[in-house]
Order: sequence, then structure tokens, then C-alpha cells
Amino acid sequence: MSYITKPVARHPKMPVNALGLTQRDYEGSMSTLCAGCGHDSVTAALIQSFFELDLEPHLLAKLSGIGCSSKTPTYFVRDAHGFNAVHGRMPSIAAGANAANKELLYVGISGDGDSLSIGLGQFCHAVRRNVNMLYVLENNGVYGLTKGQFSASADIGSTSKGGVANRQGPIDSVGLALSLGATFVARSFSGDKAQLVPILKAGLSHTGFAFVDVISPCVTFNDHKGSTKSYAHTRDHMHEVIQTDFVPLRAEIKTAYTEGSVKAVTMHDGSVVKLRKVNEDYDPSDRRGVLDYLGSVAAKGEIATGLLYLEESGGDMHEFENTVDTPLVHIPYGKLCPGSAALDELQKEFR
Amino acid sequence: MDQPRASRVNDFALKVATVNGTGSASANGLLLQALFRMGIPVSGKNVFPSNIQGLPTWYEVRVNKDGYTARSPEFQLIVAINPESYARDIEEVVSGGWVLYDSTKELAEEFQRDDVTFIGVPLAGMCVEHFQGARTRILMKNIMYVGALVALLDIDMAIVKGMLEEKFSSKKHLMDANYQAIDLGYDYIKTHFDCPLPIRLETMDANANSVMITGNAAAALGCVYAGATVGAWYPITPSTSLMDGFTEYCRRFRVDPETGKNNFMIIQAEDELAAAGMVIGAAWMGARSFTPTSGPGISLMSEFIGLAYYAEVPSVFFDVQRTGPSTGMPTRTQQGDLMLCAYASHGDTKHIVLFPANPKECFEFAVAAFDLAERFQTPTFVMLDLDIGMNDWLIPSLEWDDSYVPDRGKVLSAEELEEIDKFYRYLDKDGDHIAARTLPGVHPKGAYFTRGSGHDKYGSYTEDSDAYTEVMDRLLAKVESAGDHVPAPEVFQGATPAPHGVVSLGGCHWAVLEARDDLAARGIHVDYLRVRGFPFNQTVEDFLSEHETVFVIEQNRDQQLRKLLVNETGCAKEGLVSVTYYGGQPLSKGHVLEGLAPHMENALMEVVS
Repeated sequence: MSYITKPVARHPKMPVNALGLTQRDYEGSMSTLCAGCGHDSVTAALIQSFFELDLEPHLLAKLSGIGCSSKTPTYFVRDAHGFNAVHGRMPSIAAGANAANKELLYVGISGDGDSLSIGLGQFCHAVRRNVNMLYVLENNGVYGLTKGQFSASADIGSTSKGGVANRQGPIDSVGLALSLGATFVARSFSGDKAQLVPILKAGLSHTGFAFVDVISPCVTFNDHKGSTKSYAHTRDHMHEVIQTDFVPLRAEIKTAYTEGSVKAVTMHDGSVVKLRKVNEDYDPSDRRGVLDYLGSVAAKGEIATGLLYLEESGGDMHEFENTVDTPLVHIPYGKLCPGSAALDELQKEFR
Repeated sequence: MDQPRASRVNDFALKVATVNGTGSASANGLLLQALFRMGIPVSGKNVFPSNIQGLPTWYEVRVNKDGYTARSPEFQLIVAINPESYARDIEEVVSGGWVLYDSTKELAEEFQRDDVTFIGVPLAGMCVEHFQGARTRILMKNIMYVGALVALLDIDMAIVKGMLEEKFSSKKHLMDANYQAIDLGYDYIKTHFDCPLPIRLETMDANANSVMITGNAAAALGCVYAGATVGAWYPITPSTSLMDGFTEYCRRFRVDPETGKNNFMIIQAEDELAAAGMVIGAAWMGARSFTPTSGPGISLMSEFIGLAYYAEVPSVFFDVQRTGPSTGMPTRTQQGDLMLCAYASHGDTKHIVLFPANPKECFEFAVAAFDLAERFQTPTFVMLDLDIGMNDWLIPSLEWDDSYVPDRGKVLSAEELEEIDKFYRYLDKDGDHIAARTLPGVHPKGAYFTRGSGHDKYGSYTEDSDAYTEVMDRLLAKVESAGDHVPAPEVFQGATPAPHGVVSLGGCHWAVLEARDDLAARGIHVDYLRVRGFPFNQTVEDFLSEHETVFVIEQNRDQQLRKLLVNETGCAKEGLVSVTYYGGQPLSKGHVLEGLAPHMENALMEVVS
């Protein structure tokens, strides 16, 4: 991972957020990914989301594994805490960190190799634990850093740059997350910032594991005619199931969300996510229904996008484990050590 | 073999052979605790199969008035309850010893020995006669042999019944059944045999300030007292009871009385890889975090251990060693992971490793491990083994100093960060090879990027040779400087050095001490150094150079401690003679003497011949 400091230039008229920070303050070092890489668009969407949510940079913990996507945490929020872990194992670092300090906002960036092959187990169990974090899977169907091997999300029949067709069935991250009980499941496209930003913001406000799979084409190894994860193919086959609006807590909520096609969900932090259904019958709170619907869309060769499933009432890892409200790292040692008298008392049982 | 002397008071070993999953563990625990409460030095070794129910299992008890608690494989008495293992059990008793067996079914001719005394008690028969239900009958058979032993060995019956009362005070029907079973066994012996046997017990007062505890429980307590808040683990024998202990003590000591909520989090991970990741993630945030595992777990965690080493994340790993390689013998003990832990992970790595010899040190070293890990910002290992971790040990009571303050190492506070111009994560400002760290969320100036990829001293990514090398050299110097801070070696030496020295570690200690005394009684003096931590320090170096020959005694095939000494000290390797035992049982005096004999004076040859 290379590291090139990006000069910070601020136009005096640049808009500032509630913290007095400009969008530039949420940037990181210069991206060293290939020009046109979908991942850079995801980074831009994240930057915009952080800015618009008035996040304090140093209260953000950004984590990743290994791969092209995992390089990107250096490209946003330079003043956040970063952890570039080992391949496929970012979820366990995030779970441990969150266990210790639940006050920070956790954002994990991963790829299809990182999450669906080497890290499939850790991904699944982070979903099951409902670790409170935004988890972005930048999905391009290919191993970029090692130059073009198929990943586990490559569709059957999708061809490599050299023309070889993939014959193994893909792992569908969205279906997998849903079946494992994920409480926030979305799919978007790196080329559709208008759709992606509200989803990311909703994910950042969600209590629990917010999973966002972003089709993010690899311009170098997987943006050709035979690929099902190219820009052209994704644009042609995107099927927006649901449109997401995100209304942060500080905004005045003017609309009563009663109209038939809109579902409003109030998040734990008080912000509201408005889900405008394209199909009247679609219910983003019905897990089985969502799975069925997504299956029918996929059967037509289309890619369902939007905030596909949302459940704000499920407890996260801390609720499961009944931890105190104070982050564990902030509990003074005096409260943690039982002391010599308790030890003497306990040892009566060992006699 | 030795004939048992006419009378051996408080000096013998016995072995109980049963079937696992039948409740014999409780009966054996009862027996051990009774002897402990009689004030007699005692040790118990559980030799069990990797299985839940139906396979042969053994429990060895040694009483020794002089306080030697190492395993003794010379059994004066065998309690043979499992017909399936009769052949080998009966063969194991020393000539002149005793075999207590279940005489409900006549003992086959093939098992008869004319040099031992058979004591037949119709255990199964009496159970069928006096108890109802298959489960009760199986359980009470075990309690019944304890009753028989009470009569045969002169165990204090009031103590045994007192323990049953403590255990079953709320379940009267169980207490009655247990009392009845104890009495049935006791009365049968009293009626049919002369007792006590010449091997018998007399009350002593050796245990007034002692407790019986497993190393895993003691290590778990150490984690609680050290202030660990996050424990992540994947179940694996023989380390599982360490996390069971941590869970139990946290429930007792760490639940907030006002809210009923936990001042801790224990995560059962999906595998050991994830457990290591969780420990590192929590430590990155500033929590004291740990994972207990065994050798296979360390193998799986190795990638993460390298990350913690290179990114300098304090993390504590307990390796309760079992017999390897691969799955090996999961329920047998060994010291086979010394090299693995000292250098775990790819690339150039070296770690702090502590070697407790009993549960008392498990408790103390657990606390020390967190201090060392944070002070040196590096992975730290505490190496137990199955024998230390899972068996009950007689140890001096654990002590806690209420003035203890955790050594958090160099962690910059918000105030300190406010004062500085810019924070660089890996800058050695004090010249002691240790750079200050920050904890996430404390102050905007404290943010940095933690990475396992090449980085320079400022914390930035690098592929530059010099910048990379500079950090790697500092890491080596840092870990090596820990040698003076790990628990110091324990040296046993006369006024003038003996020509021969012994170096050993961990659970070998007790057999080595006993063998050394045995030799001294025969006029052969050897000096002894017990290594308690790695990296080694000057004391180890000096001991090696002061002795012409040093015997390195350890429980693995590949002479791993010897190799570490050769690798990490300036000693000549010809002077280090290896004595190994790696069969999976705890080390006994005999192993040591047999190992030393070929290399020493004729006098010693006679001792063991």
C-alpha cells in the first residue's frame, strides 16, 4: 500500500458542516488505485457521508483486510484511527475493538476476495454477532492486486480478461448476510453516488452490523464485455428495488411518512431512514420475502439494489453480552480488581 | 522394583482405574481433597482419554510427607474398577503392593499375580442390592471405593463425610445415598480385611497455608486481577477450563452491582484466528485482552501474532500445551511449543514467553504478562501445560498486593497529546526502543494508521530499505531488553559451583528438585537453574558458562529449550547435554535420574540401576 500525502487545499467558500469542517477534512492520502477504479467512487461517497453526518474524525475507526479495497481506508479521513489488518481477518479485529470501546464508530472496508474467500468465516460470524459497524464490501468479482483471478463472487459464465469463463457458482454476499440474520443489508453500485450516499449514512446510523455490498468494477481486470461486474453490465442490469432517503436527527422532519410506498424507520440515534419502494409489494422488514424477491430478480439476470432489508430492533453484540454502558476501556482499574480480601475469601473454597 | 516397606506412612502412590463419564472424577476429587484436609502433602494427576464416556481413565494420587508432589509412577495400590484395563492396571502395581478390585465378578486367572495382595470388594453387587436406577448405581460404585479406601488407608472419615455434607447440603437424598455408599465400602473392608494397610495415612499439619487449585483456574484469576476486560477464545483441550474459570470469576467479581451488567466481555470466537484478532482489536483500543489456547491454536494464530509483533499491539496468549504435533494426544501433557511460541509467525519475530511451574506462578505470571505486554507493546505468552493447567496442585495460598498498579507502558494521555506538535507512532524518543502509543478516541492528535505492512518510524507505509530496517532493528532491541524484566531465573546452588548444572523449566521443576535432593543424599551435588522467562538474561548466560556440563531437562523430543539456549546465549553447545521425556505423562524423578545417569559418575549409575 503506497502512501502519498495529498495536499490539502481549502477554498474559502467551501461549505462547512456542524463541526466547522469541510469535505476536504474527511479526505485522506492520494489514491494509488488504477484510474477509474470503482473503489475510488466508494471512497468519495464515504467522504461525503462522513462530512454530512458531522462525524468527529478521531472518533472514527476505519479497518480493512488485504486487497485493493482494503487499501482505501488510507484514502479517507486522515485524522481517523486506521487498522489495516491481515487478509480476511478484519471482522475479528473490529469485533475485539468494538468489545473494548463501543464509543467509536467502526467502518470496515473489504472486498470479495477478502470477505467471501479467505475471510468468509469471519464475515459470517461478524454478521451473527451483529457487531455494531458499517461493513462495506467493494465487490468486483476479481482479484485485482494479484492480477485478475476469479473471486468467489464471479458469476457463472462471466469471463476473465483472457476469455476463460467461470464455472463455479458465486457466493452472493447479500443473500448470505440475510440468511445469517443480518439486520441491515444493502446493495449499491459505485457509479451511483446518489443511491450510495444515503445508504452509507443510514448504515453509519444503524445499531448493529450494517452490510453494504457495492458493485465496484475493476477497470483493469474485469471491465470487459464478458464480465458481469463491468460498468456497462451493472448499469444495464441494475434493478433499484427501493430508494433510500436519510434524514439526520438534526434536520426538521416535515413529512409524515404515511404514504403507501414509503416506509420510515427511526434509527437508535433518532435519525430517520425513508425507504421508498419501487414495487408496492416489497417489504424491507420481511426477511423471507426479501430473500424470495431477490431470488426472482437474480433469476432474470438483474441486480437488485437499494437498502434491501432493515431491522433496527435487533440487539448488537454488547446487548447480547450484557456489557455495562461505559466502554470497557474507560472502567477504572479499581473497579476491575477484586482485591486481596476477596482473594482470601475465594480461596476458602480451594481448601 | 522396590518392595513396599513394612510400613509407609504418608509416603506412597495409588492409582484409580475407572471408566470415563461415570462420575469417578468427583469421587477422585473427594479423595484428593480429603487427603489435603488431613494436612498431608498430596498431588493428583488425571490421566484421561480424549472422549466423553466409556473409555478407560485413571487418577493417580501421591502422598508424600516431605512435600514431593511430582508424579510418581510407582504405585503401591491400584484401585481396578474397569475390567477393560485390568491387564495393564494390575501389571502396574509394584511387587508387594495391593490391588483393590470389584469382586462381583471373579477375577480371571490371567490377571492373577502372586506377588501382590488382591482385595476384592463386590462394588457392583452391593450397588445393585442397595441402590435403584442405573445412573445412581454407577455413581455410587465410585463413592463406595472411596469408602473402602477410607478403611484401608486410615483416611479421616469425619473429613470425608464433612465434605459430602458441604457438597450435598441442599440435596438431602443425594447426601444420604453418598453416606450409605461410603459406609458400605468402609464396612465391607472392616469386616473382611485387616486394616489399615501398611501404606497408610496419618494426619499432618503441612497444608495450613495452602490451597488446591488448577493452573488454568489460577491463570484465570490472574487475568481478573490484572484487569483484563476482553477475553476471546475457541474451545480446545486442555485450555478450555481457563476461560471457564475467567467466566466464573467474572460473574462473581465483575458484574456491576447497580445495573447487573458486565464489566467484561468474553467472546467465543469462530476459530483461533478470530480469537487472536479480537484480542488484538481490543488491545488496540486499550483493553487488557487475552486468549487461552493450546498448540494447534498457536499455529492458527501465528499470522496475527506477527501482526501484533510488527504493529506493536500488546496481547496476551496462554498456551496450555498438549502433546503434538498436529492433533497429537490432546489429553496428554508436553512442552512441545517452546520454539513455536518464542518465534511465532513468519519473518523475523521474537516474543516474550513466561514459564510458570505451578498454579501459583500461573496466577502471578498472568499478571506479569499483561504488564510486560503493555510495557513492551508486544505479544506475550504464558506457557502452561496440561499437567499444570488441568490438575489440582497443592500450592501456597495466592497472595495479592493491593498497592499493585498496572504497568500500562507508554500511553499518551489527552493532556500530553494536547502539548505535542505531532504524534508519530513508532518514534523512539527515549532511546529505550519503546515508542509511545495512543489509544483511539482519546484526542484528535493521537490518530495514526496501524498496519502490518512495511512502515517507517513515523508510522507511514514504506518500501524503503533503510526505513524498514530501522524499525526492525528497534523491535529486536526492544524485545531483547525484556529479558531483564521477565520473571528472573530461580537458581539452586551451593556455596561453590558444582561441576554439573541442570537447566529446566515449567512443570519439570518438581521432578528435577526431587531428583536433585535424591542425588545430594548420595553425595552428588548438581546446581540447578530454572528458566522462568524468555528472552534469557545474564543470569542464564552466567550459569551456563560457569558449568562444565549443563543438563537441559525438558518435555519434548526436539530439545527445544536446549536449542533456544544455543540460539540465544553465547554458550558452547557441546556443554549442553539434553535430557528429554516426551511420552505425555508429567515428568517424574525417575525420568531425570535415568536421563542423567549415562553422563555422570558411577555412583549415579548405581542409584538408578
